[in-house]
This record gives sequence, C-alpha cells and structure tokens, in this order.
Amino acid sequence: MKKYISAILAALFVVTMLPLALVGCANEKTLNILNWGDYLDKDVKNEFKKRTGITIKETNVTSNEDMLIKLEQEDCPFDLCTPSDYAIERLIKGGWLAEINYDNIPNIVNIDEYYRNLPFDPDNKYSVPYTWGVLGVLYNKTMVDEADLGSWDILWNEKYSGQIFMYDSIRDTMAVALGYCGYSINSTDPDELKAAADALIAQRPLVKAWCTDDIKDNMIDGTGALAVVYSGDAVWCTEPEEGNTDLDFFCPEGSNLYFDSMVIPKNSKKKDMAEQFINFLLEPEIAARNTEYIGYSTPNKEVIPLLGEDWENNHIFNIPHEELATLEIFRDLGDDIKLYEAEWDRVNIH
Amino acid sequence: MKKIGKFLRGAYLGIVLFFMYMPILIMMTMAFTDSKSASRWNGFSLGAFRELFEDSDVKDALIVTVIVAVVSAICSTVIGTATAIGLHSMKKRSRSVVETITQIPMTNPDLVTGISMMLLFSTIGISQQHGILRLIIAHITFNLPYVIFSVMPKLRQSSDMLYEAAMDLGCRPIQALWKVVIPDIMPGIVSGALLAFTLSLDDFVISYFTGGSANNLSMLIYSRTKRGVGTEFCALSLIMFAVVGILLLVINLRSIKQEKEAAAQNKKVMRKS
Amino acid sequence: MKRTRIAYPYIFVWMPIFIVAPLIFVAYYTFFDKGHFTTEYITQVFSERTYLPTFWNSLWIALVTTAVCLLIGYPVSYLLANMKKNTAALVSMLFILPMWMNMLLRTLAWRILLNDGGIIATVLSWIGLGNVQLLYTPGAVVVATIYDFLPFMILPIYTVLSKLDKSQIEAARDLGANSVQTFMKVVLPLSMPGVISGITMVFVPAMSTFAVSGILGGKSVLMLGQIIEEKFKRGTFGIGSTLSLVLLILVLISMAIMRRVDKDNAAEGGTLW
Repeated sequence: MKKYISAILAALFVVTMLPLALVGCANEKTLNILNWGDYLDKDVKNEFKKRTGITIKETNVTSNEDMLIKLEQEDCPFDLCTPSDYAIERLIKGGWLAEINYDNIPNIVNIDEYYRNLPFDPDNKYSVPYTWGVLGVLYNKTMVDEADLGSWDILWNEKYSGQIFMYDSIRDTMAVALGYCGYSINSTDPDELKAAADALIAQRPLVKAWCTDDIKDNMIDGTGALAVVYSGDAVWCTEPEEGNTDLDFFCPEGSNLYFDSMVIPKNSKKKDMAEQFINFLLEPEIAARNTEYIGYSTPNKEVIPLLGEDWENNHIFNIPHEELATLEIFRDLGDDIKLYEAEWDRVNIH
Repeated sequence: MKKIGKFLRGAYLGIVLFFMYMPILIMMTMAFTDSKSASRWNGFSLGAFRELFEDSDVKDALIVTVIVAVVSAICSTVIGTATAIGLHSMKKRSRSVVETITQIPMTNPDLVTGISMMLLFSTIGISQQHGILRLIIAHITFNLPYVIFSVMPKLRQSSDMLYEAAMDLGCRPIQALWKVVIPDIMPGIVSGALLAFTLSLDDFVISYFTGGSANNLSMLIYSRTKRGVGTEFCALSLIMFAVVGILLLVINLRSIKQEKEAAAQNKKVMRKS
Repeated sequence: MKRTRIAYPYIFVWMPIFIVAPLIFVAYYTFFDKGHFTTEYITQVFSERTYLPTFWNSLWIALVTTAVCLLIGYPVSYLLANMKKNTAALVSMLFILPMWMNMLLRTLAWRILLNDGGIIATVLSWIGLGNVQLLYTPGAVVVATIYDFLPFMILPIYTVLSKLDKSQIEAARDLGANSVQTFMKVVLPLSMPGVISGITMVFVPAMSTFAVSGILGGKSVLMLGQIIEEKFKRGTFGIGSTLSLVLLILVLISMAIMRRVDKDNAAEGGTLW
C-alpha cells in the first residue's frame, strides 16, 4: 500500500513540475518588461525578436506606485522597467536597481544632453531616458470656453459639472489639487495637503469619473469636456486618424514635468539582454517608429528630423524647453508619502 | 388559458436569455470594427483578429491558463478522490472536523484566499519567478473542496458491501478500490474534475494575487481594461464563445444520445421481465 | 481500516499548509507589526470613519445583487426543471455557456453597452429620457454584478429542482392543495438547499468583488474589495489584512444566518452540476 502511495505522490510531483520545467526552458529567450499601457510599439517588439530571437513579454500597470510595489521585492520577476523620476529616485535610495553598463549601450550618444544627468539620477548610473512630458488638461474645443483655459481652476468650474475626468493616481492628482491651491507639487506640509484633499473632495460632484488610461477613449468619443492627462496621451488623442481633432491640450503653470526612464532591477538575471534591448530602442529608426506609436515626447535628438514637420510643429509633442521653466519635477518624499496616503484615502472614500 | 401560460413562460425565458446574451453578442460584433477601440464602429475590418494572433502576450497568457487549468484539475481530482475515499471510512468525529476545514476555501471570499496564499508564498519562499507553480498550488487548493464534495455523496450512495465482497473474493485492497469503488463513483469524479477545470479557467481574483511573473488570461485582460475595451478582446470573446459553444454542444448531444440508449435498454429489460 | 490512510496526504500536508496556515498569516498581519503585538490596525479600521462607507457599499451591492438574482433566477430554474428532459438539457446549456466565458470579458461587454452614445443610452434618449449617464455609476456596477453571477444562482436551484421527487407534488395536489399552496408548502421548502447554495455562490463573490466596480464604477462607488486590493498593492499589509479579516467575519456571519434558516443543508446541498 505504502509503495502505491509514494508512487502516486511521485507521479503528482512530476506532473506539477513538468510545466514548470517547460516554462523554465521557454524563459531563456524572453525579457520580462514592466511597462505602462500603450508604451511600446508591437512592431518594435517583433523587430527585436526577428533580429535577436528574444521575445519581449510585457506586464502593464497604471501608476508609479504599482510599479514600486512590484520592483521593491527580492523576487521581482522583471528585467526592465520604465518608472518616472521620483520612483527612480526612491528605487536608487533603496538599492533596488542595477548599475547600467554603458559599454553595451553605444547608442546613448543619441540622447540629447538636456535629458541627461537629471537630479533624480545625477550621473545616469541607473537609468536611461525613454520619454518625457508634462501634466496638463485635455479639453474639447466644442464644449469649453476659451476664456476659461489656462489654469487648474477650470477643473473646479461648475459650468463643466459632470464632464470632467480625473486621473486616478495619487501623486498626479494631488499635484493637480496642490497646484490649484497654489502650493508646490512636492509639498509635505500637512495643512497644505489637507487643503488640497479638501479641494478634491469639494470637486467630486463635478467629476464624471476617476479613470486611468481609459480617459483617452472617453475623450476621443467626446463623452467629456475636460480631462487631466499627460502630454503624451494628449498627442495620441488629438491625432487625426484614430483621435479627435476637436481636442486640444494646455499645461498650467507650476504643473509637473516628468521623465520616464528605463531601469534594470538589481536581481534581473538577464541584464545583458536588457541592455541590448535598451540599445536597440535608442536606434534612431526604431526610436522614431516607437515614438510615432506611443506619442510621448522623446529625448532622442535623432528622432524629430525623422518624424517630419507635422510632429515638429505639434505644440503638445515638441514642447519648447523654455516653456518648461515654471514646471516642477516630482521628488521622492520618503516617509512623508504616508501623509499623502492618508489624505488620498479620505478623498477616495468620499 | 394554457396557451397563454405557455407563451408567458417562453417569453420569460426569452427575456432572461436576451439579457444574458445581448452584451456578449454586441461585444462580438464589435470585433469587426475598423478601429482600435470597441466603442466606435468605423466600418468592417478583420484587423482585430490579426492583432490578436500577433499578440504574443495573449498567446502566453492562453498557454498559462490552459496549463494551470489542466494540471490543477488533474491534481485536485486525484488528491480529492483519494481524500474522499479515505474520509468516507473515517470515524464521524474526525471526519466532520476535516470536512469543516475543507469547506473554508468554498465559503471564504476569493479575495481573502488569494491574499492569504500570497502571504504564505512570500513567507515560505516560493518566489514570484515561479509564478506558474504558485498559480497551480493556489488553484489546486480552491479546487479540492469542490472535488471532495462531488465525490463524497457518490461514496455514500455506493454500498460498502461491494468493496468487502471484492476483498472476500480475494482482491487486495488497492485492487478492490481500483476495480470496484472507483468505477462506482466515477460520475462524481468526472463532475468534480469538470468543475475544477471550469473554476480554474474562470478564476481571476486568486490568480491576480498569487500569479507573480505568470499572467493568465484574466490577469492580462484586467491589466489592459484600464485603457478601455480593445477590439482584440472582442475578437477573443468571439473565439472563446465559439469554442465553448461547440464543446458544450458536443458534450450535450452525446449525453442526450446516451440517455436515449439507456432508456431503450431499460425498455428492453422491462419487457423481458 | 487501512483505507483512511489515503486521505492522510491531504489531511496532514495539504490542509495545514495551504488552507490553515494562510489564514493564520492574515491574522498575524492583523495583530502583529514587525513581531510586536498591536491593536492599532483594528482600532484604525473601526474608529476611523474612512473605511465604514466601503463596508456599507459592499454590503448593499451584494444584498441587492443576491436578491435580484434570486428573483430572476428561481423562476428560470423552475421553468427549466418542468421541461422535457432533453429540452431542459439544451436550454440549461444556454445558461451555462456564458459562465464559461471569462468573467472580465463579460464585464467589459457592459462597458460598451453603457457608454455615452452606446446602445442603451441611444434607446433611452430615443424614447425621450434625455441624456442619462449610465457608465461610472453605482447602477452600472449593480447591473453588471447581477449579470456576472446570475448563472451561479440558476444552476444550483435547477439541479435541486430537477431531482425533486414528483410524487410529493402529486400527493399535495391529491390532498386538494392548489398550485400556489403546493409551491409554497412543498416545492419551495424542498428546493431550499439549492437556494442556499445559490445565494452563497452569488453573495460571497459579490461582497468581495473589486474588478466589476473597478472597470465600471469610475470610483463613483468604492467597494471593500477595492480598498483591500489597493492596500495590498501599496504594500500596507497590516490594514489590508485587517480589512480582509473583517470581510471574512462578515461573510461567515451572513452564512451562519443562512444556515439557521435551513439547518439540514450541508455544503453538498446543490452544487453546479
């Protein structure tokens, strides 16, 4: 009897392990990427596979906080990720990132000096710039008075009650409210945060919905007049083919300027492969194709000439550097983020 | 009067079925729109299907889903059946203790099961890199009670005399089990296995918390819903609907045929006696 | 009896590790913070008014969903059970079919339907109700939850009703009961096991769902499941575990109340098949 039981258990063990082994083998030639939605062209992925045989496997999230929780784990299964400035700052402080070996990335010369050595990673030791943009308001020209444009106040204007989409992400939304109240978007003053949260609570009746990436579809369909979006998404929405030409975008003063960069988690076993992919993405032709797909502004100086005049003259895509002067970059707030979380809970539940 | 009653009954079922199928049908229609988003009809196109077949993430997720469903259904059926047979011959007191604990994953909200398994895995060190293993263990765990409680009633219906008779006739216990008990409770085992397979295919919440590096279909869909309804998912629903529909039709037609044969057999037996 | 031994792997290995231990972890994270005993999380959950509204939201949505599913589903099961066997098999297949489609896909379908300028909105404005917002409202969440879980109510009740002993109904008729009386006094009590398991299979997942309100709610109604998901996503295990524990207790209390209503029913009362 005992013999049979052990035989059955052994068989079970084999059955359980078999798929594991299979997947393990298949894993050799895949690169696990943690990325935003619509943030990497499928054709680019296919091209990379054609050239190197490496399959890119993507997991999508919608906020830096989601990325952080996945990256700040010893058993993090990802090999490459694209968080924003303040998240990178926190990851570097926590020692979660691998130093990048630039010998594998000769194409780094394509990155404009302006986007290198930014305060969150002063020597670009851990991060390679991918995209950048600003936080602002996407509006439908047929529904909004031009006189109301220009500042965050428009999102609190009762005229547009039930036509406003807010972005469901803690730092970005708090930044909007802090900006509306006239404070810095990196404020850690409890009173200022409370005032900002109160402003958001007061605004709730005017808000149609709190969404994330689906804001784009909703605005293209014309179901809302105003939405908080990143400039890259605005490029996507205003584009004539799949988008809606009634839409336009402005960036209020004191808003957020952000940089999304590619980083490699320290426990990735495929660091070389990840670097190979980064180098590939920096090739001018590839970067141009990818930019055309995702619509976010690019730090790659070779790209804009390749894209042509329409892109060069697009005020949402090719934002002149002098317009960025009043904008702030998010800083990592350390433990003070708890203050944000408490206020955020209050906003959510109202 | 009778006719009106019949009409009303039919109408009621019709309305409920309409409610059940309208959303799915509309979604499947949108698989053919010539747009990236399913909320706009821009004319006919098969682009969504091409998109779907070229999408390696969807392919990977499908493979994971099927592997997990098959392996977890097989494992939970084997373990569950063995447990049910063992439990059946246990003393009542200890049996009811085990039964009560076994019921926990059935009444426990998925969310709590998923979270508690996640805490367990991260503590005992089954890392996220082994996402598939984590998924399989989690799925076996929530499938087991369904298998056990599908098999138990059948064991109660089958008589212990059979087993003992087989032993008296010189069978070893394992032979008696294999040749007599198992065939007798086969319907329970089959329905348990089917239930396990279905539950595993459909699960989202538990997988979402335990999955780690492995994405099953539900997890993939959820991570993409944040950007609206892509037409690739409409195409996917159409394909899944067709596959499931055909499968169910085949199973049903077979069982109807079997029933008819059984009925015919019965008649013959009746006549003879 | 030697046969009990084949249940040992489950009883002594699987059950303690994968059913009992995970729940202990949830309790651990509720009462301990880095190894020190704390009641901070419990007091935080109950004293702060922030979390109470979500309990209330989940409870009313789950109750409404369960009630509507029962009201729609019971007549469907009843009609199915009174059909000819072959017809019933085919029609019940129509109700099973959507269940085998991924639940998230079915929820996504509602997003297309309820969108501004979608089919339902168009029909409503056509009959003169003006522009009503449907998507991103609590109503959207409730309708889609009902839609997702309706088959889980119909099938268990149908299973029990179709196995009902017809002679008892005939006896009641012979004794002069009219059809209403027969239904209330005979059919309904006999079908209670199916009703109970149907209610369980709808109420528990509806209570803890976060995907439906996440996809269709736009934060207009925040459910307990969403808060728990968010807490675990942010890595605040303490509050998350405490909220899950409270959810678990809420569900267990509701189940206990249900069991009192029908004492004889065990877990195997009526499962899906």
